[in-house]
Amino acid sequence: MTVTRRRFLRAGGALVVSFSLPWEALAQSPDDLPARELDAWLAISTAGTVTAYCGKVELGTGVRTAFTQLIADELDIPVSQIELIMGDTALCPDQGPTVGSLSLRQGGPQVRQAAAEARRVLMAMASKHLAQPPAQLKVNDGLITSSNGTQISYAELIGGRRFRRKLQGRAPVKSESAFSQIGRSTPRIELPAKIFGTHEFVQNLRIPGMLHGRVLRGAHPNAVLETIDDSLLHTLEGVRVLRKGNFIGVVAPREEDAIRASRDIKITWTQVPRYATTHETADLLRSSPSADEVLIDRGNVDSALGTARELLEADYYVPHQMHASIGPSCAVADVRRDRATLWSATQTSFLTRNSIAALLELAPGNVRLIWSEGSGCYGHNGADDCTADAALLSQLARKPVRVQWMRHDEHRDEPKGAAMLMRVRGGLDAQGNVAAWHYQVWSPSHNGRPNAEGGNLLAGTQLGRSGHSFAFGAERNARCSYAFPHNRTILHLVKASPSLRVSSLRGLGSPQNTFANESFMDELAALARADPIEFRVRHLEDPRAIAVLQAVARLARWDSRASPRNSSVSEGRGVAFVHYDNLSTYVAVVVHVKVDRSTGAVRVPYVAVAHDCGLIVNPDGVRNQIEGNVIQAISRALLEEVRYDESGVTTLDWGSYQILRFSEVPQQIAIELLNRPETPMLGAGEGTTCPIGAAVANAIFDATGARLRAMPFTPERVLTAITRRQS
Amino acid sequence: MQRMSVTISVNGRQHVVSAAGETPLLYVLRNELRLNGPKFGCGLGQCGACTVHIGGMAVRVCIVPLSAVAAPVTTIEGLGTAERPHPLQTAFISEQAAQCGYCINGMIMAAAALLKQFKRPSDDAIRSVLDANLCRCGAHMRILRAIRKVADSSP
Repeated sequence: MTVTRRRFLRAGGALVVSFSLPWEALAQSPDDLPARELDAWLAISTAGTVTAYCGKVELGTGVRTAFTQLIADELDIPVSQIELIMGDTALCPDQGPTVGSLSLRQGGPQVRQAAAEARRVLMAMASKHLAQPPAQLKVNDGLITSSNGTQISYAELIGGRRFRRKLQGRAPVKSESAFSQIGRSTPRIELPAKIFGTHEFVQNLRIPGMLHGRVLRGAHPNAVLETIDDSLLHTLEGVRVLRKGNFIGVVAPREEDAIRASRDIKITWTQVPRYATTHETADLLRSSPSADEVLIDRGNVDSALGTARELLEADYYVPHQMHASIGPSCAVADVRRDRATLWSATQTSFLTRNSIAALLELAPGNVRLIWSEGSGCYGHNGADDCTADAALLSQLARKPVRVQWMRHDEHRDEPKGAAMLMRVRGGLDAQGNVAAWHYQVWSPSHNGRPNAEGGNLLAGTQLGRSGHSFAFGAERNARCSYAFPHNRTILHLVKASPSLRVSSLRGLGSPQNTFANESFMDELAALARADPIEFRVRHLEDPRAIAVLQAVARLARWDSRASPRNSSVSEGRGVAFVHYDNLSTYVAVVVHVKVDRSTGAVRVPYVAVAHDCGLIVNPDGVRNQIEGNVIQAISRALLEEVRYDESGVTTLDWGSYQILRFSEVPQQIAIELLNRPETPMLGAGEGTTCPIGAAVANAIFDATGARLRAMPFTPERVLTAITRRQS
Repeated sequence: MQRMSVTISVNGRQHVVSAAGETPLLYVLRNELRLNGPKFGCGLGQCGACTVHIGGMAVRVCIVPLSAVAAPVTTIEGLGTAERPHPLQTAFISEQAAQCGYCINGMIMAAAALLKQFKRPSDDAIRSVLDANLCRCGAHMRILRAIRKVADSSP
């Protein structure tokens, strides 16, 4: 391995502290900065260009551009003069995983702070140089000018040299009146390359001497390898079968030969304990071993339910759903005797590097993971498993190996979004207000990411690795935002998924919990003969929550009345709201639907979104994310369900797992951004996904009086619900 | 697998490639010719990420064997460049019509073929032609706007 920046800095006597942040930790104070040396974040060249380093990575959501804007503003350097290196374990600070809509919320303040500190240092240097107090200096485009006209550039002050300074974490950042880049819809930096077909995705990578690999697996991660018949492989040039324990793959110099070999090799696996089927999963969630967590216990729910004027109870269910990346996972690994380089589209550079190092039995410090952009992942898809596959094959082959998962690999083996079951009981008082709310949710942890022992990786499981993982995700937005006087909210944390392998999918438990919360609120509103928006606002205390609901009402020209519409026209409108993770972005959505009563088909011609994510760095970037969340969430609400039987996952391609197509997307997505520049940045990657399911169900109810409580709202289910209501 | 040596025209240039006849053209373009514009999305012809033009028509080359290529091939690299962009590429950039960008090759190549055939397609026509191109990020609205922009500006 060539000399890395870390070694360079260490050799220079500078102390570089790099540690993993706890996942949910915010950079509440600048003391949470993962790397204390300013040189770990920024370098200025002799030409005055800036190379910045960050731990967050670009997943297609616009983080690269937003971070560059933050740095550009705090440093007073044009965006075009900044190159951002992301997610390289040898070069970049560990800002923790790129997850949870946290990039701007947690990572943004850190890069801003580093840039602001660099500017302060440079101003102090210039002050000395020009013999003028800093207050007499102005900086523009990397050029510092004093009030008497003398000038010096960043390049002249420090170009090609190190800052050699620890971050104090107290440099003031710009306020709104001074913004020049922040708040602008700066065009996405890497978009032109993507549009010209020249952008370097991880799928493009080729290393001299590289082999192409394909891994063969049984239907279940714990399947045991029984027999191998490679008799058909002799016609393929240079093909090798590589095996370690239950892990088996083929490699070949030519990609098509590796693919052919993966089809011609005949492997049998043991019969595993019978796989759960799609239909059993809800019952299995309720009956599987779980640990109870009381999330809210306010007032006396049992007593309040006992004296309620009206009572309602409902069960809601969301099945396993997929990330469904268009580009199946791909990775390249070059594993030597005592060191390795991995090229991966992972969300978790340092975590995955550590996990795969354990799998390879190499010291983590000798494994470099170079993040390389993949296709959109929307959470924990097959990226890490594919990287481990490439690493293990490379170690066995003693050559660099590229593994490209096929479509069926990604569909079958990507960790899935969790299936979740929710049960809500509620009571209305004599005034028609919610007196009591009893909420229960059954779900496993949504964290299936690689752990320090090489566990959770498919290859790790095949080699007998397990290890410990923190459990989280199921509780997300289980706590509703409403101020009910009596509320008991309980999480039944299922100890192990009784069905499919699960990890984080966009929103984690929030889309499912919000589906239940916002559907049930709607059901109570209907019971109370109240307008759904007015009913929600009545029970909210948070002004920002009320503001997004009122904004979406105006935007959508919401007509105030109770649901259902009770007319022969099969059109309806529904509303839903979320305060993402109870402390992040506020989103209110209105959805219009058209229901075909003869087929049960549902169309969504119009969606309105009011979105408050605090300080907005790039408005068009936020709009792009909102549109994407809306479309993906409509797809999850209407179409998506992973299916599986005793043999394993059966939805293995786009024919069997449908996602929303051009003919089905809305005609219009109207968006109102509530910009609050005086408040922290909250992020836009996930929030809008969460309320869409309920809004669609609420709109179907408004149109037909039929209530859908299980996703997806397929035509068959809608038709059944309509028929049931009529009878 | 028996390799054959063939000459194919790609982006206006003749290339001699050596691969088994059944090799999907996608792998030849990416691995032999280092043209990474067309993407591997499914290998099943279902998603459109691999779309190129063969003889001017939009074709999914993850399922077209090398031996069946009998007309000039144009990939997105041949459709337009930063120096000489295709009008669709200019429109996609101005509309910021992408998120991760992985599906965009297919979108542009399908739209380019559509606009060659129909000067002013309706919105419904555009949607129905693109129905077989998948985007998971949800950039549909912008993609439609970009295509609409070019369709409306054609003489």
